[in-house]
Amino acid sequence: MSDQNTKFHAARWNEPLIMELSEMGARGIKPPVVDDEISNIVGDVVGDLPEGARRSKLPTLPEVPQHRVLRHFLRLSQMCMGFDVATDMMGTCTMKYSPKVHEHIARSSKLADLHPLQNVKSLQGLLELMHSFNQMMCEVSGMDEFTFQPASGAQGIYTNACLIRAYHESRGELDKRNEIITTSFSHPADAATPSVAGFKVITLMPGEMGFAEIDALKAAVSERTAGLMLTNPEDTGQYNPRIKEFVDLVHEAGGLCAYDQANGNPLLGIVRAGDTGFDMCQFNLHKTFSAPHGALGMGCAAVGVKSHLQKFLPRPLIVRDHSEGYFLDYNQEDGIEKIRAFVGNVHAVLKAYSWMMSLGAEGLRAVAETAVLNNNYMLTRLRELKGVDIPWPVNNYPKLEQVRYSFQKLFEETGITSHDIIDRMVDYGVQHTMTSHVPMLVPEPLTIEPGESLTLDEMDQMVKILSNIIDEAYDCPEKIKDAPHNASTTRIDADVSEDPKCWAFTHRSFERKRTAWSADDRTKIERHGGGY
Amino acid sequence: MMAFRLGLIINPISGLGGSVGLKGSDTPEIIARARALGAIPQSPIRAAQALQSIKTTARSFKVFASEGNMGETTVKMIDVDAEIISRTNDGDTSAADTLAAATCMAEIPVDLILFAGGDGTARDLVQAIGSKIPVVGIPAGVKMHSAVFAIHPMAAARMVLKCMEENTTLRDLEVMDIDEVAYREGAVSANLYGYLKVPYYPELVQGTKTGGVSNNQDDLASIASCIVELMVEGRTYIFGPGTTMRAVANRLGVRKTLLGVDVIKDGSLLVADATEKEISEVLSGDDSIVVTPIGGQGHFFGRGNQQISASIISSVGLDNVIVAATPEKIASLRGNVLHVDTGDADLDESLCGWRKVVTGLKTVSICRVSK
Amino acid sequence: MEKEAGFIHPYVPNAAPEQRRKILDAIGVKNPVDLYSSVPEELRVSGLLNLPEPLESEHNLRDHVEKLIAKNQSTKEYLNFCGAGCWQHSVPAICDEITGRGEFLTAYAGGTYSDHGKNQAIFEFQSLIGELVGMDVVSTPTYDMGAAVNSALLMACRITKRRGILLPKSIGSDRISQITGFTKPVSDIEFIDTHPDTGLMDLDHLKNKLTKNIGAVYFENPSFFGLIESRGEEISELIHAAGALMVVGVDPISLGVLASPGDYGADLVCGDIQPLGIHMYAGGGCAGFIASRDEERFVAEFPMIMVSIAPGATNDDFGFAWSTMQRTSYDKRHESEDYAGTTQWLWGIGAAVYLSLMGPVGMDELGRGIMQRARYAAEQINQLEGASVPYLEKPFFKEFIVDFSESNKRVSEINEMLFERGIFAGKDLSSDCPWISQSALYCITEVHGKSEIDFLIRCLKESLS
Repeated sequence: MSDQNTKFHAARWNEPLIMELSEMGARGIKPPVVDDEISNIVGDVVGDLPEGARRSKLPTLPEVPQHRVLRHFLRLSQMCMGFDVATDMMGTCTMKYSPKVHEHIARSSKLADLHPLQNVKSLQGLLELMHSFNQMMCEVSGMDEFTFQPASGAQGIYTNACLIRAYHESRGELDKRNEIITTSFSHPADAATPSVAGFKVITLMPGEMGFAEIDALKAAVSERTAGLMLTNPEDTGQYNPRIKEFVDLVHEAGGLCAYDQANGNPLLGIVRAGDTGFDMCQFNLHKTFSAPHGALGMGCAAVGVKSHLQKFLPRPLIVRDHSEGYFLDYNQEDGIEKIRAFVGNVHAVLKAYSWMMSLGAEGLRAVAETAVLNNNYMLTRLRELKGVDIPWPVNNYPKLEQVRYSFQKLFEETGITSHDIIDRMVDYGVQHTMTSHVPMLVPEPLTIEPGESLTLDEMDQMVKILSNIIDEAYDCPEKIKDAPHNASTTRIDADVSEDPKCWAFTHRSFERKRTAWSADDRTKIERHGGGY
Repeated sequence: MMAFRLGLIINPISGLGGSVGLKGSDTPEIIARARALGAIPQSPIRAAQALQSIKTTARSFKVFASEGNMGETTVKMIDVDAEIISRTNDGDTSAADTLAAATCMAEIPVDLILFAGGDGTARDLVQAIGSKIPVVGIPAGVKMHSAVFAIHPMAAARMVLKCMEENTTLRDLEVMDIDEVAYREGAVSANLYGYLKVPYYPELVQGTKTGGVSNNQDDLASIASCIVELMVEGRTYIFGPGTTMRAVANRLGVRKTLLGVDVIKDGSLLVADATEKEISEVLSGDDSIVVTPIGGQGHFFGRGNQQISASIISSVGLDNVIVAATPEKIASLRGNVLHVDTGDADLDESLCGWRKVVTGLKTVSICRVSK
Repeated sequence: MEKEAGFIHPYVPNAAPEQRRKILDAIGVKNPVDLYSSVPEELRVSGLLNLPEPLESEHNLRDHVEKLIAKNQSTKEYLNFCGAGCWQHSVPAICDEITGRGEFLTAYAGGTYSDHGKNQAIFEFQSLIGELVGMDVVSTPTYDMGAAVNSALLMACRITKRRGILLPKSIGSDRISQITGFTKPVSDIEFIDTHPDTGLMDLDHLKNKLTKNIGAVYFENPSFFGLIESRGEEISELIHAAGALMVVGVDPISLGVLASPGDYGADLVCGDIQPLGIHMYAGGGCAGFIASRDEERFVAEFPMIMVSIAPGATNDDFGFAWSTMQRTSYDKRHESEDYAGTTQWLWGIGAAVYLSLMGPVGMDELGRGIMQRARYAAEQINQLEGASVPYLEKPFFKEFIVDFSESNKRVSEINEMLFERGIFAGKDLSSDCPWISQSALYCITEVHGKSEIDFLIRCLKESLS
């Protein structure tokens, strides 16, 4: 039932699964018909296929008329809170406005309908764009060369791990140097990808300031150190002021330093990875540089290296020849193996390039400062709320672009968890925030990053919403425990997704298993299935 | 579907001494002094808090509680569906009452015992039910060196709610035995008394997603693999107590004393449940100590393994001390800080600072160690 | 930054002087730079970065960028016959419509309630792919097909607890590079010879290579060179008898007419969804998936987010949840054997729309038509002086090798001449296909009618003479 308090209700279409809209004989689209002359010459080619190769019966795909397919997916889109429609302050995600003009430019067949292997003379526009962007990113980061091949932040960080591996391998030291150091509040990928690349991972736990201490690093560094991979500021929004000492210490030990700049938004035009001593870095074009997040993907990582590591970048590089124009150089003999197909998500590169061209140097700095201002504004307002604490009170430095709050006091006084808060937030017409990545060292965490796009009014609205929810926690906690009330669905029993007898990742699986959902021996608890 | 059966045991005098500055409340003299000083029992209040929170969210459940102030009063106050177990004693309750109540609950059997008390109550439960029934501890005693307590009554409530959801896994948590007399005189002498099964409350993973693969088991297996890989022939290894150390011993195929110190060499047991003297006799000059943080404060020396004395540690050498802990254990410690208390102030000092802790096959965490 | 003047720009409202002042006052700080006290001064950039002059007006920006990309010639202007991992198919308007929807485009990590629509669309993607490949479990989209193959191969190795991976020589060199780089810390790769007569895997060689160390055997169907493998059942028996798992890479657009790998014994299936209603974007359209049977030991090894359907409050209600996240690197961190992150979900949504529009009949018609057109083109090319199609008599889907060695011309020359005539020619296979010296991989899809193919033939004829 609608909750009058929040004045918001999400679209609730109760839209069936597309397979359930199927009606025999319906056609959504017809493919081009083969010329009769061709048919006459070649005959029924499919019919000539050997039995082992041919499909015995048509696939069970839905048959739905065109307008109904459109309606179906449009309705689904209405039940999705993209930044275009709803305020989104999800921590570590750097949500911001993705300018529409970029979308309209990128849809041009001059970008969308390029084949990666078409004659390089016909790709001069693309290559010039990528080359120019490369140079701009070098200026922003203090690096000497970029690749845009990885398709996401995690893949960019993995690329960094592979570069470190290649470097030590080239010097015959990989056997000895098999340890990568990271911190507990760096993104999980800073620990996961070096592990995948074959390294042993040493994690520095935080000290009282909430970030790693230099003495902890000293305990970790040895002749087995291959490198340091971390985020700074970390996912707590705290910048480690001794970062240069960290880098120097690792360099002294013979390791390389990789800067995960997923949280680079507050630092644009303020600090550069190269000046801080890092050998390489990665940026998320779909976070900091405004390329749209794509519902969890059409990302792109810009991975930059200092010149001594350029030879290890994966092929191809985009090179400029003053007479011939731009071309793709596949001669990377020492290059690491390809991370991803072709040259990368060029649409994200175009959008990031356009964004930088619109803002310029002064604009970039304004973005950074405003992201920090907005975050500190949120902090000033939120810390006044009942039940909210800021962890690591010893750390008096201002936070940068995000804050990890603790709602532990609220929990102790009301029993409402940070996860409960998230489920209630969507009733107010805003995207929920993030709790925390693993390890969840802060009790009852909420991580909030307003970014630079929002207005003062939108920020005040978010504060009011959290304040309302906190009041509800004290006055009528059941309202929160039973939330959400105004979302696109009723409460969902996420237990099912954890139980091998019940989970279903396809419709065909769902049809077989749905009886298990109502089995008597299955515990039915309406749990909160809120965001991760 | 049957309603969840929740046993409730409240030690009404737990925590009585603490508020008035007395260490512990387990002797009648202390209890009398505490009452005279105007002390208010904490455990019933905290138990009520937890029960109320459970009642607000849970569907159907039934409480089994002892008469009077061991549980009956609380269930009546919160008004939940309950069955009362009669007591034999009157007046101030004692360990015998806890034992009787727990034994009775184990026979019903209840699905979980929620208890409010301190280390003493926890020890009574170890005696009565061992690992038969899972427990959740509401912290209400002064002495809570054991690891079985939730951080707060609300956290305890949440753990109970999770246990009501079928897919929770259980883990073994330490119950400590502190020498009370010595403790009141300012010294600490602690043994590892035993283990209780506690619902796995995964602070490391998203709160509402449990079930499926148990992270803790994977972590233990991973740590075991790592330590076994490091071990070399001809070297003597002194293994402290704890489930993490047992996991390593299991991987070696060696039977380990859960609560004691064992010496292992070349894949077989040299000395089981060794005393300090027995350990010093087998030291060869090529020795290592392998320990894991024990108890609620994460001591890797000084709680439950005093047999590994300061002099043994010094002989073996600090560089040959290996500390292992699951990431979940580290996260459960306040400030993620590990502790030492060897009895030798200088040795403690040199153990403090930042240390490598083995957290898996390929992973190490650098943690802070403090006195 | 000029303190009082502020910075006025449509994307940064609070950089304007009055807004900025309000916020500074609310925080109790004089100057934004005060908030950077944790950043040592000696690390900070002095002044402004040296970047190009900004184009603050949308008009100028658009003009600039459009002029830049106008220097490209797209496959709408040139006739494109190149495939090799990225293919030109017809993209329905409704696919563009949906992938352009702002709600989807700018969504990110919202969960069960806030992003119900996204989750449903992805579940439908998983379902429709599941029907094509004949499997009950399908992942969310991966970075590309190579990433899917990488993850699937290591899944197979973990499940069988073996290190060995067998790959056919007849997969593209880029794919081999991706696989080598990713699997080398934990696996050993060996190659299966290609039989020169068939262009497919030499099964005798496969038999020899199937030792107790082999955990995963991978092949593509159709192969990188377009050839169709019809011995799927036989191959799966060999592989399973040796205790290994069979991983098959497919082109989902062929599965309207080709057999589902699930039906001939595949344990894991991977593919690239780019052909399914997604523009090429010079390779940016690539995205993959992994599919398996619904067995706990398989599901436990999927490294990425997996979306399961789940019940709501009444019988008709349903929603979606991210299942068993403890499988992923988000939870495992340093203990990870694979990694998860933002991938290509938007393209997964596009593929769901595509398959919903096409339906079974559409996919059948499309597949038939492609095979007929490709066959026609191959036969015509084979008749040209100086060109031959070595595997003309073997079944192939949309791609085929053209051998130019008889022409005494290099592929690069021929391709250049075709380019001058307005054609993007087939990929030069010198690195991928060493046993045929001068060859190229040609791709024919439903976008090529008879007139386009005939034009190619004429131009080839001219170039070869």
